[in-house]
Amino acid sequence: MKRILKSVILASALLLGAGSSQLVMADDVKPAVVAAEPASAPAAAPDSAAASSGAAPAATVAAAPASAPVAEAAPASAAAAPAAVPNKGDTAWMLVATLLVILMTLPGLALFYGGLVRTKNMLSVLMQVFMIFAVIIVLWCIYGYSLAFTEGGNFIGSFDRVFLNGIWDPAKASFTTAATFSKGVVIPEFVYVAFQATFAAITCGLIIGAFAERAKFSAVLAFVVIWFTFSYLPIAHMVWFWTGPDAIKDAATLATETAKAGYLWQKGALDFAGGTVVHINAAIAGLVGAIMIGKRVGYGREAMAPHSLTMTMIGASLLWVGWFGFNAGSALEAGDVAALAFVNTLLATAAATVSWVFGEWMSKGKPSMLGGASGAVAGLVAITPACGYVGPMGALMIGLIAGVVCLWGVNGLKRLIGADDSLDVFGVHGVGGILGALLTGVFAAPSLGGQGIFDYVTNKMSADPYSIFAQVTTQATAVGVTIIWSAVVSVIAYKLVDLVIGLRVPEDEEREGLDITSHGESAYHS
Amino acid sequence: MKLITAIIKPFKLDEVREALSEMGVQGITVTEVKGFGRQKGHTELYRGAEYVVDFLPKTKIEAAVDDAIVDRAIEAIEGAARTGKIGDGKIFVYDLQQVVRIRTGETGNDAL
Repeated sequence: MKRILKSVILASALLLGAGSSQLVMADDVKPAVVAAEPASAPAAAPDSAAASSGAAPAATVAAAPASAPVAEAAPASAAAAPAAVPNKGDTAWMLVATLLVILMTLPGLALFYGGLVRTKNMLSVLMQVFMIFAVIIVLWCIYGYSLAFTEGGNFIGSFDRVFLNGIWDPAKASFTTAATFSKGVVIPEFVYVAFQATFAAITCGLIIGAFAERAKFSAVLAFVVIWFTFSYLPIAHMVWFWTGPDAIKDAATLATETAKAGYLWQKGALDFAGGTVVHINAAIAGLVGAIMIGKRVGYGREAMAPHSLTMTMIGASLLWVGWFGFNAGSALEAGDVAALAFVNTLLATAAATVSWVFGEWMSKGKPSMLGGASGAVAGLVAITPACGYVGPMGALMIGLIAGVVCLWGVNGLKRLIGADDSLDVFGVHGVGGILGALLTGVFAAPSLGGQGIFDYVTNKMSADPYSIFAQVTTQATAVGVTIIWSAVVSVIAYKLVDLVIGLRVPEDEEREGLDITSHGESAYHS
Repeated sequence: MKLITAIIKPFKLDEVREALSEMGVQGITVTEVKGFGRQKGHTELYRGAEYVVDFLPKTKIEAAVDDAIVDRAIEAIEGAARTGKIGDGKIFVYDLQQVVRIRTGETGNDAL
């Protein structure tokens, strides 16, 4: 029992219990609320996440006071639970957070990567990131959101929200809402759709750094579509999907609601903003790609120095700024947990920058700008899964450790692996992601200033003692599942693409540069 | 007539130009070049990757001058470009057969 309790709902503390990682789903428990819309029909129409909580879809009671926490509402079976109304402040913040995550990719990630390649491949990198963003957003709205964030199995959702169906009912002028980590607090489901769309897009964009400067453009797009469908969506569902806290009232409802959640969520894995889903997932896809596509022509013999660390610095800075939307936005409301995640993101990133730069200064002799930018990104990656669960000093430690460990990731470990991971996607995102995921289990401990585990039945911190060992084991399980899942999907996807279109460009095109040969243009004219 | 070609440190270009103008040289041609001499190159480190940069950026100056001022011109360049550290560059002097000013058709010393 204890295990189940623990395994489930964990979270960021806060009086109200703002909570843990991403989540949600608008289900009928708290459906659209529209002013003036009388409690007519059972919840908005085609909402099929239905089955949920056996609770017959709560009626859409319009005028009901939104404030009353669901918990105090009528017993589960009763029909008329007051439906929550999105708070305008929460909605505004989440829209801004979504914009910030878009900024991380366009142009943040594109410039960060672009500056690291040679002049002749600048546009190919910018274009790959740009195009992947666009393609993934389209797929997300067609089927991605539905498969990731509706109730289905424990590994993948359903097709209930295909084409974003059922969120808006123009006839009734009603919109569905998505649950957050706080009971009775919701945001418009469309905001949640957009917010999560940007996560999917940046994750797919991250991958290309590993095989930059040699991959065929069409192959990159084909791979990303397959990988997004069979790796990103299931992992996102496994780690983040749950039905929200509102229906949880006692041990029984906790069990029924938990049974509907994603596989790793049920296990109690903590991933606030995407250590497993985003960083480890993408890094493994990148590493497999770097190995399967092969090394760049002249790798290790010819100079492949970054062509513009100025661009890389700009990109890293935009990533840092945008990451506040990514991490603090993952609280899903404008409250205490968002503020905590904000401070942790600020602090861990600064700490990792300091530790990487001093580590490099001591071991290599000079503190480099590229080291500064890389350290910042390493810190951002590492704090991502932890930012809503650990205290600021936990964040400081995670950052300090991440800086030096990722410095090793792009040096010693890189040589050990021997693959030409062009822009160190694995060294920074993989190593930082794994480290962050594991350290989340450590620094989430109340004894180390963290939040421990939140119990949605009692609506306060779980009374069970927090076991660092048990939580780290759970975290390691999530890391392992992600690594294996992503690796298997990646190997199959690359193989498939290789058979159908071929993964890399011919050698002469690679020598001339992808800008001219793949895209017919040059980044710079002298 | 002589053609003076000097390879200097890029940041010394302005001082050299001023020194040459002062002693009466009418014009120079400047090119950005790369090369190595005793200074050799340097190493650059990008994360784990180390690259030896063999060729360093230098500036090449070319000036055609009258035989009468060639020694003073060499001294001017030498004086202005010297830092005393390795990598200050070199000056080469060639005999110049002919000079033509394209606009007027003047030749020889008149064209300088």
